[in-house]
Parts: sequence; structure tokens; C-alpha cells
Amino acid sequence: MTSYRLNQGGLVDRATTLDFTFDGRSFTGHAGDTLASALLANGQRLVGRSFKYHRPRGILTAGAAEPNALMTIGSGGRTEPNTRATMQELYAGLEAVSQNRWPSLDRDVGALNSLLSPFLGAGFYYKTFMWPAAFWEKLYEPFIRKAAGLGRATYEADPDAYEKVWAHCDLLVVGSGPAGLSSALTAGRAGLRVILADEHHALGGSLLSETAVIDGVSAPEFSARCVEELRSLPNVRLLPRTTVLGWFDSNVFGALERVQKHVAVPAANRPVERFWRIAAKHAILATGAEERPLVFGGNDTPGVMTATAMRSYLNRFGVAPGKKVAIFTTNNSGYALGSDLESAGVALTAIIDSRADGPAYSGQARIIRNAVVTDAFGGKSLTSIRIKHDGRFETMDVDALGMSGGFSPVIHLALHRGGKAQWSDERAAFLAPDDLKGIALAGSVTGAGNIAESVAQGSTQAAGLASMMGKSAAAMSASVEGEMENRPSRPLWFIPDVIGKAFVDFQNDVHRADLKLAAQEGYGHVELAKRYTTNGMATDQGKLSNVNAIGLLAQARGLSPAEVGTTTFRPFYTPVSFGALSGASKGKHFQPVRKSPLHDWAAKHGAVFVDTGLWYRSAWFPREGETAWRESVDREVLNVRSNAGLCDVSMLGKIEITGRDATTFVDRVYANGFAKLPVGKARYGLMLREDGMIYDDGTTSRLGENRYYMTTTTAYAAPVMSHLEFCAQALWPELDVRLASVTDQWAQMAIAGPKARTILQGIVDEDISEAAFGFLAAREVSLFGGKLTGMLFRISFSGELAYEIAVPAGYGESVADALMALGEPHGICAYGVEALGVMRVEKGFITHSEINGTVTPADVGLGKMVSRTKQDFIGKQMLSREGLSHPSRLRLAGVMPLDPAHTFKGGAHILSKGAEATLENDQGYVTSYAWSPTLQSPIALALIVNGPDRHGEEVVVWNGLLNEFTPARICDPVFFDPANEKLHA
Amino acid sequence: MASLITCPHCGQRPKEEFAIKGAALARPAPDAPQGEWYDYVFLRTNPRGRYEEYWHHVSGCRRWLVVTRDTASHAVEDCRDAAERAPT
Repeated sequence: MTSYRLNQGGLVDRATTLDFTFDGRSFTGHAGDTLASALLANGQRLVGRSFKYHRPRGILTAGAAEPNALMTIGSGGRTEPNTRATMQELYAGLEAVSQNRWPSLDRDVGALNSLLSPFLGAGFYYKTFMWPAAFWEKLYEPFIRKAAGLGRATYEADPDAYEKVWAHCDLLVVGSGPAGLSSALTAGRAGLRVILADEHHALGGSLLSETAVIDGVSAPEFSARCVEELRSLPNVRLLPRTTVLGWFDSNVFGALERVQKHVAVPAANRPVERFWRIAAKHAILATGAEERPLVFGGNDTPGVMTATAMRSYLNRFGVAPGKKVAIFTTNNSGYALGSDLESAGVALTAIIDSRADGPAYSGQARIIRNAVVTDAFGGKSLTSIRIKHDGRFETMDVDALGMSGGFSPVIHLALHRGGKAQWSDERAAFLAPDDLKGIALAGSVTGAGNIAESVAQGSTQAAGLASMMGKSAAAMSASVEGEMENRPSRPLWFIPDVIGKAFVDFQNDVHRADLKLAAQEGYGHVELAKRYTTNGMATDQGKLSNVNAIGLLAQARGLSPAEVGTTTFRPFYTPVSFGALSGASKGKHFQPVRKSPLHDWAAKHGAVFVDTGLWYRSAWFPREGETAWRESVDREVLNVRSNAGLCDVSMLGKIEITGRDATTFVDRVYANGFAKLPVGKARYGLMLREDGMIYDDGTTSRLGENRYYMTTTTAYAAPVMSHLEFCAQALWPELDVRLASVTDQWAQMAIAGPKARTILQGIVDEDISEAAFGFLAAREVSLFGGKLTGMLFRISFSGELAYEIAVPAGYGESVADALMALGEPHGICAYGVEALGVMRVEKGFITHSEINGTVTPADVGLGKMVSRTKQDFIGKQMLSREGLSHPSRLRLAGVMPLDPAHTFKGGAHILSKGAEATLENDQGYVTSYAWSPTLQSPIALALIVNGPDRHGEEVVVWNGLLNEFTPARICDPVFFDPANEKLHA
Repeated sequence: MASLITCPHCGQRPKEEFAIKGAALARPAPDAPQGEWYDYVFLRTNPRGRYEEYWHHVSGCRRWLVVTRDTASHAVEDCRDAAERAPT
């Protein structure tokens, strides 16, 4: 118990006590705490185990860069691993569990890895798990998988809601420290539409941890006044708890708002997280700077943290880091902390400054200049440090150590669109490039050294933007007292005489020797070193470690950091939950459901539905006593072939084509001729791709001189519509043609079977006899004595005497009811897509099972349909390629097993009789398979090498997955009624 | 890819509303030599820099557009209705 809560000071509400648990133990904190500050206030410094060596780890930072204090928060479906305790707002009932330890945080078996550390250095995966090869799958991979990762995700469904929203603004300000507040205020006062986002729950940024006096009031009070004024401006939107994660094209920013991650049970009517896409005319990044750790031995001992973090816990949360504190610094940041510690009555043993000259210091602490800390000791909690100064070593008993290796501006967002960071020797930091468009920087992200400078910069940038947008803005300034100005220091990458492991990347357990090894072994390039050592990977993406690693690599290779350069900065700045990325698109909202206008009709006839894309299609209609789907399908097929059936075909794509040039247009998009199609007739059409392969098929009816009604397959309804629009708008804009998708406007049903005409005549007013309404007739018809107008088509997908009738969607169910009632004496049945499929295979009709993108019209026996006379149609030129008429192409044929008791499956391959099952011997494959109740045998369509010339040949159907060989015979693909006698009945 | 596209008919819209077909090549004349047709159907350049593509405003006006963009910077130089422009 070393860190503790002070009796006074800070912005926490001591009157409000919040209970929470950590690893099952009960603690209390206050409103305004983060989980990290509350744990420190309770003296809990050991908060996790490291990734590789399972070393005890404590809280290192007070912000988004935290690499150590990663915890699993919540339980059940709300379990969230790898949450940074430094970013997690405390709430009553919070349950936190430490990670990467077993059986407990205090006694962790994995810590034995530390003993193996000589074998676990950089690149150990590549060196260790090389051989024998057989060990990889059985031993190494399972071992690595078990050991890898930090927290564990839950398998339970997340009960909470997420949403995605857009926002638009003149100015997005990222960060609410002095520069962010002055930017937002200047722009807000000038009337710009401003969004101010900050990742913390309280706005104010570094001001909340600052003890300086600004304009006569405390820094937190100054920030509160700014925020209050911003809140009063209607043109300003404040987004606390919102991390701006990425900068994308068109100046769109991604941001994650944690709406309800600070409550035990989120309100059900609001999301827990909201993913913003912010289209900003301009943005100002006031993202501040990240303090770098120093790389000395045992710098990961709990009790060691960055000076800024220590200052934040002290000033903002009223938490003292220990009872005997030391500070190791390379710049003035350490003195600001020292002064605050002493003011708060915390014993400060010494400030150890790597520089020969530091600022004047008025406190009691011993100032040791020209000195370094070489090591920290204590294991689970810091007990002492070893100092080197004037060539001597000195050991000092302390229980907390603040460290500052200088500041790295948080320039990540500015680099997300490919810009490269520029090393500045003067600032000892990587800075954003100068030529940024759409964003500007203000405050310590630019290297600004004090509050007044930050305020002025933010205000100047915002005023400039305001005047660019035609608004006048007054510049804002602040007078600041009592601030320790921060001047950049000479960087201290390498500390000599270190005994213990000196960590560079805390999260990935990369220590100094790993980087040295990487450079020695030829992986010194910054991108290679990252992969070889894992430095800069995982959830914190090297926020603390990258610059130190670059400094050490530079030193090892005798280069400057500018020459080493940085790895690539990519979105997202911090991890984003999958929930936020998927937003509301889950469960029943994952995709829309399309229901046919005849859905309810099908449902009341007991349909079993099948998902077909977004559609629910009626697959079959089981009747009482039928136990297997095949029983229903067989009955439906036989009944249609002997009586009649009604099938819902509403989900076929339907496109109405009009305009003076409609005929020319239809003629060009189909491979077969349409120019001579008479009004009142339908024609089967083959649509090709420009490369000559079949794209889609369907019937198109000419309802008027310049009016066509095209149907497409269900699956290709949307692509065909887009394709036609492309043809009409991009290829032939000179044609006068209009396209309208009318799929949802019409309920369409097929009435098939020998009694179809008799039944249908009961509702159609006109004569539909063979003479009056012959095969392929297509006309508007009057129904129910003139009560309704529909479209009637004499087309057949079953080989039977058949019609399709289309009526306005709202009438679909009544019309189907009427037909079923009229058909009852004639034995009509409802039939589904399964029976439809069986009948089309019996007739050898193709679907997208056959026209799979590799077949030409000739391949499926429709070569004669292709127009020889048309000057142009889509696919004409490429169809004439020599190879497409080669006899060895896979072409359509039928296949039947020799023994009807034998079965096979779609996708099975064809082998010549006696041939070995090899790729070279492959003769093609089965595209469609069905049991034909009409023929009492399995039947199949197949694409077979030279198929049409091999009718009668005995082959073997080979299923390589099940290792089944079925003797079969190639035959004509039309299994039933090849003369089409029934069709024309 | 650009995040926002300024459709000549609908104004600035998010890219999710669009579908991209690919290079905006001119379709050869029906009687053009077969070599030209091969190039049109199969050959694509893959430039770093300026590129003209057919985009379809599927969830908007359903017009086909020619979007000229920079494949490296993703900046959109021009966006116009395909019917108004013969592709080059």
C-alpha cells in the first residue's frame, strides 16, 4: 500500500463514493475517478502481467497510450477485454478483472517465462519453431495460440445497441486542452459550426491536471468557464468521451463516442457506443503530446510512471503516487511535478536530471544533475533505484518514480492519409509535415512549450479559418502565471550501466537488447525491426515505444532518427469495437427481408420457405402425412403434370422498358433477335456479357409498339437492371429509352398443367384458347368481368401447358385465392421452387447453375439462337473468338445413373468409364441434380467435354469428397416430352 | 477511395451509395478490329495517379457517372454524368 488518496485537492467528488471490484476484491472510489486513479487511490499498484514474460506491471500513464493497465470489464455479454483502466470512467458496480495471469495476479505461473527469457528474444518464433515440420501443427501452433493474446473475448452475444451517424461541420477540433478550447471558442464566437471532441470524459485536457493560474483563476476553472461558454453556443457541439480515430479522404473523420460505457446497466433506448463520421470543412488537431518513458533497467516496476501521469493523478485525482518519491527527467516536466508533489506534502527525495543545466527549483528536494537512473528494483512494487552520477553509483530507497524522456507530439491523425513524419532535432521529436491540407495543428502537438502559446496558436488558427469562410473572429489570449515552461531536451535514448531488463515496448515486452539484436541480425530497418521484435504492435500501437525504439535503432546503426524514420501511421488511433463498426446492422437488421406479395397466400397453404438472397421463397407445400420434403415435391410435380399447379414467381426481376428506341435497345442487349417480335408476343432472351459468356436469361414481352416487359432471374434482377442502365446511359445515350424496375409492383404466378387453361379461363374475360392465345402470347387481359387488368403470358418453365399471370401486387393474394378455388375441382395444388426446379431439369431448361459465367450460348445448346444478322449486340464480338467454338469445351448434356437406385450429387465430376480419378481425366461436372418422379430415376444436367456428341456413352460420376463412383450414362438434356407435345396441348 | 462523391445530380454523397464498375473505356465500334475489342474487354491499365472510372449511383439517382480520381491521393478531380461525356 504505497499510493494513496490525499485528503484534499483534485477534481474528484469526495462526497460521492462508488463501489467497484478488482479481481473480486471490493474497493471504493469517487465520482470523477478513472478506474486507474481509483486503483491507485486504494494502493493497488500491481494491475496486470506482461504479455511475454508475465512481469508484474503497474499503471504507467493517465491516458490512451496505456500499455500495462489492460483489464476485462463487465460480465456476460458485456464482457470487454483489454480495456485501458486509464480511460475507463469509474462507476458504481464496475467489475474489473486483471489479465494474462494464472492462477492469480499475485502468484502467476507464467512468470516462469522470465527464466526462459534468454530463449525468448527478438525473432524467437522464427528461430525456435522451425523444425521438425510435423511439430508445427501438433505442438507449436497450439502452444502459441494458448499463450498468445491478452484478454479473452466472450462467446455470449452483446446485449447492447450501437449506432453509426454522420455529422457535418465547418470546424472539427480534436482535443480540449488550451489550444483546443481556444480554437473552438474563437470559431464558435465567429459563428462557425464547430464540433469539439475529446477522448476523456471531462473536457479540459491537460488543464485539468495543471496548477498554473490562467486569467486569474485556476487552470481547471479556466477550462470550465471556456466549456460553459461553448455549451451556450448553439452552433457548437461538444463531444466528450469521443476519440477521433482516423482522418480519411474528403476530410472525413471517424470518431468513436462512448455513450454509455460509464454506467453499469446502459439504458436500452440509447446506444452504448456511437460511431461518427464527421465531414469537416476543416479540422484543428489540438491533440497534445505524449510523454516518453525512459529506458532503464526495471523501468516496468509498478510504482514507476511517466511524470505527466503522476502529476495528473496528483492534481486532478488527488492521489499521491507514494510516500517517498523520486523523479528522473530529461526536461522541465520533472520539475513541474516535483513542485506540485512538494506543495501537496508528498515527500520528494530527489530530482535526477540527465542534463547539466536545469531550471531553478525552489523546493526541498535534492537536485542531482548530469545523472541517470540505471535501474529500478522491487519486483511487484518499487522499493529502490540505482543512480549514476559523477561516475559513481548510488542506491536510493523510494516507492515511486516519475520519469520523463521528453515529449512526442500526437500527430497520428495528421499522418493517416500517407504523410510522413518529420524529425526535428530542435524539438527532439517527430512532427507532422508542413503541407497538410484540410487540417491545422495547434498547441503542444506542434511543440508549443506553454499554455499561453497554445491558447494563442489555437485561436490564431481558428480565426484564420473563420476569415477564410467569410466570418470575422476576435483573437483570444491568456495570461498565465506559475507555469513551468517546457523546453525540449536533448534526447536520452541509451542509458549506460543498466543491469536489469530495460523495456522499450511495455505491452509487447520488447526490451533494449531485442532492438540491438534486430539491428545486429539485419533487421534494423524500422519496418523490419517492428516485425522482428513486435515493437509497436498490439492495442497501443507503440504510442509510448515507437520513438524510443527509433532512437535506439538510430544509435545502434549510427544514424539520426530522421534517417531511421517512422513506421506507417494507420487508422484507428485506438481500438474500436466490432459492435461500433457494425452499428445497427445485426440480427434482423443485418439485411432487409423481401417477401413476395403472395407470401401470405403461400404461408396459409403451409409453405416451407427458403432464403434466396433477400427473398423468402416458398420451397414446397407439405400436406398432412408427408414426412419428408421429397414426398411433397414428388406429389407437386406429378400433380402439375397430370392436373395443374400454381407457383409464386413474383420474385423474378421485372423491368419495364419504354421509349422511342425501346426496340433497338432490347435488340442490342439480347444476343437473339427482338426487332421482329410482334406486339402481343413473348420471347425467350439470352443476355451476354461483353466477353461472350451468358449473363442472364428470361422472357421479354412486347406489350406495345414501344413498350417491353422484361423478366430476369431472381438472383440477377438488380445486376441486370444496373447493366441495362449502363447500356442506356453510358454506351448508347443517344437512344430514347426509359427503364423502370417493377419487380415489386406485380404479383406474378405460374399456372401450369393440362388443366391450366380451363382454370384460368374462369377469371380471364378474353378467350385464351389455343387459337386465340397461343404459345408465347403476351397481352394485357381483363379479369373478373372487367374488375381488374392483368398481364397474361403463355410461357412455360415446366414443359406443361402453362401461363404466367401478373396482377398489381396488392391483388395478388385474392387472385391466387380465386384461382385455387376455381382449380379445386380440377385438382390444382400449390407448388414451390423445388418442384419448379425438378420440372425444369426434366425439360433441360438452364438456370444460373448452368450459366455460371463460363458458358456460351452454344455450350448450352442455344447457339442457333444467336443472331447472325444483327450488326451489334452486347457480347457479339468476343463470342466469335475461335476458342469458344472448340469441340473440347464443356457443353450441356444429361446424365442418368445406370441403376435408378443409385444417386449422386450436384458438383460431382464425370470420368470416362475405366479412367482413373485424376484432374487430367476430368470430363466435366454435374450442374443440376434431381429425382424425377415422372421418370422414376435420378436425372442430372452436366457440362461435359463435347457433351452433345456423347449421348449414350457410359461414364462414371465421381464424388471425390465422399469417394463415390456411380456408373451413369450421358443422354439428351431434355428428359421429358422432347417434342413439346404437352406444351402446345 | 474518396469518402464523399459530388454527384452532378444529387450533390455530395457518401461513397457507400455508389458501385464502381471500373475503367471508363470507350466501347469500340461494332466493326472495330478484334484487337481493339480484346483491349476493351480484357486490358486495364493500373495507373498511379489520374484514373477515369464508371461509378453507378445505385442508392441515389441511379445514373452512371464518370469519376476522375487520383488513385494515389484519392482526390476526385471530376464527376459527371456518363451520358454527357464520351469516354476517352
